[in-house]
Amino acid sequence: MNGKRTALEESALYNRHVLHYIHRAAEHGLYDIRGLGAKRAVPSFDDLVFLTASLSRYPLEGYREKCVTKTVLGTRFAKKPIELDIPITIAGMSFGALSANVKEALGRAASAMGTSTTTGDGGMTQEERSSSKTLVYQCLPSRYGFNPDDLRKADAIEVVVGQGAKPGGGGMLLGLKISERVAQMRTLPQGIDQRSACRHPDWVGPDDLTIKIAELREITDWQVPIYIKFGATRVRDDVKLAVKAGADVVVIDGMQGGTAATQQVFIEHAGIPTLPALRLAVEALDEMNVRGQVQLIISGGIRTGADVAKALAMGADAVSIGQSAMMALGCNSETYSKDGQQFDVSQEYEKLGTAPGFCHHCHTGLCPVGVTTQLPDLEQRLQPEWGARRLKNYLKTLNMELTTLARACGKSNVHHLEREDLVALTVEAAAMAKIPLAGTNWIPGESRT
Amino acid sequence: MERLDLSRLSVRELNQYLHHELPKNGVDEVEIVNPSGLHSIAAGLTVPVKIRVLGHAGYFLAGMNQRADVTVHGNVGWSVAENMMSGSVRVKGFASECAGASAHGGLLVVQGSASSRCGISMKGVDIVIGEDVGHMSAFMAQAGHLVVCGNAGASLGDSLYEAVLYVRGKIHSLGADAREEPMMEDDYRKVDELLRKAGIDYSSREFKRVASARSLYHWNAEAGQEY
Repeated sequence: MNGKRTALEESALYNRHVLHYIHRAAEHGLYDIRGLGAKRAVPSFDDLVFLTASLSRYPLEGYREKCVTKTVLGTRFAKKPIELDIPITIAGMSFGALSANVKEALGRAASAMGTSTTTGDGGMTQEERSSSKTLVYQCLPSRYGFNPDDLRKADAIEVVVGQGAKPGGGGMLLGLKISERVAQMRTLPQGIDQRSACRHPDWVGPDDLTIKIAELREITDWQVPIYIKFGATRVRDDVKLAVKAGADVVVIDGMQGGTAATQQVFIEHAGIPTLPALRLAVEALDEMNVRGQVQLIISGGIRTGADVAKALAMGADAVSIGQSAMMALGCNSETYSKDGQQFDVSQEYEKLGTAPGFCHHCHTGLCPVGVTTQLPDLEQRLQPEWGARRLKNYLKTLNMELTTLARACGKSNVHHLEREDLVALTVEAAAMAKIPLAGTNWIPGESRT
Repeated sequence: MERLDLSRLSVRELNQYLHHELPKNGVDEVEIVNPSGLHSIAAGLTVPVKIRVLGHAGYFLAGMNQRADVTVHGNVGWSVAENMMSGSVRVKGFASECAGASAHGGLLVVQGSASSRCGISMKGVDIVIGEDVGHMSAFMAQAGHLVVCGNAGASLGDSLYEAVLYVRGKIHSLGADAREEPMMEDDYRKVDELLRKAGIDYSSREFKRVASARSLYHWNAEAGQEY
């Protein structure tokens, strides 16, 4: 070889990422578990753009004319529908996955912006109830911490059938996060690696769900809305079954949706992207003629005001954010802030085998910025007031971007955004969203007239 | 004693009365007639009232019960006393699936048999079944006691946490991580106490104890786990 190396040629099939996976599986005999959502590139709201006003449409003055963002959810059966100031809600994330400080920060920010936050697997903490003006209480398969007193304190109930990161699967919370308080709330031994069930313990299938929803309404005297949330797989069928079961609100979580911890094989290989999921859900509601009667919330990779605007234009009544809310609190940041000072935690990421910008180690409980932890010293890195201010700023920014786009489309209400305001930049997005490819009237899969 | 007739009242009217009027008017005994297999009868009770249901009830009878003592003179459908917190529910007949699912406290007695997944995900309730239980009973049961006076179906106690199961008859098979353990004096006392409360006359000496081997508590490839 005369000391010369041949040209290095990496296999597309067995690239370094795949090799790492195979070597790790061979060494440990266990699948990878991680947090957050799908990292692979899939067609998304980025592949759509707005046809804002020009000569054929009149824009509203961006800084003076009002653009309504008020959002009402749960108008179908509940005596007390939820009224929100903005169409951006905070998704269910558990105390256990997140610290009590983070739950409080989420509640404070949501309340300040006039929107709702949501409990998670593990029950309702006193901190989040007292800090959240509008709190949605999840009824999950595990029923950890689920009780009638908290149920009656809720402003809405969300029956969780599944989530986008792991449709069809249950959650996992590894031992370091099962602190004394978390264990007590979940009636589990402290420090165990906790599994969550993937099916509800007291009902199976859509006919049973109808009866279950009626029971929850009986217990809460038909006062509060009932949401049904599921991960995006067979969306058209699932939406129709949820509506038939009596949902006031349907929540669809696309495959980009996050989790505190689940098998990587789920995160990257189960469910469909948020873009087609939203289109299928809207079609299902249209086919049942219940648009406006049953509200639709979409989640899974909503990051910007543009994402929110596109989701609303495609037919969602509201969006829900989880990962991006955590990122607003500092997830994947190089530093955390305390008493006005910044503290660099790059080395702590390195100890976890990752780096700021790449971290998905929520499952370890060793979050360097104190978001996904139960360890007291790490939890103290995120103070509720500081976090609430950050998240409030982020929500405010999203809302301003949303109204900016709506005004530019000539809409005085963000809920007036419509599919006709959008075009697609790629053939894939055009096919999945059934939005015409830009510059054409072509929607793949639809016959031309 | 107040008599409420479900051939004249809807379940919604009945429950609204039990939730809001009953606590005000001091009635401490209620008889519900013509339940006709209706669902969610007496769901969400919060007061220490004695309720007799004369006939068969549907799903979720006394769901999420707190403090009330409910007796059903008949059979019940799925998920009787689901998520019960306290009080008691007694079924003179048989219970369908998921009896006592995820219940945190109180006492559930079924004099006949209970179908599959009895005590699934239970979180502190005590359950006494006069006859048999179906397959996957006490699946992922976290806390509390399940006493089965007859036989238990397949995969009893699969993925058990800290709940303890006592079975008088045959166990078709144990689920993952469930194992039979010797009865100790505390176990005999507990079974005697629960049988006495249930009004069922057997000797605790006839029972076997099943509890978690705790081998699935920690994720471990070497243990050959199937998570």
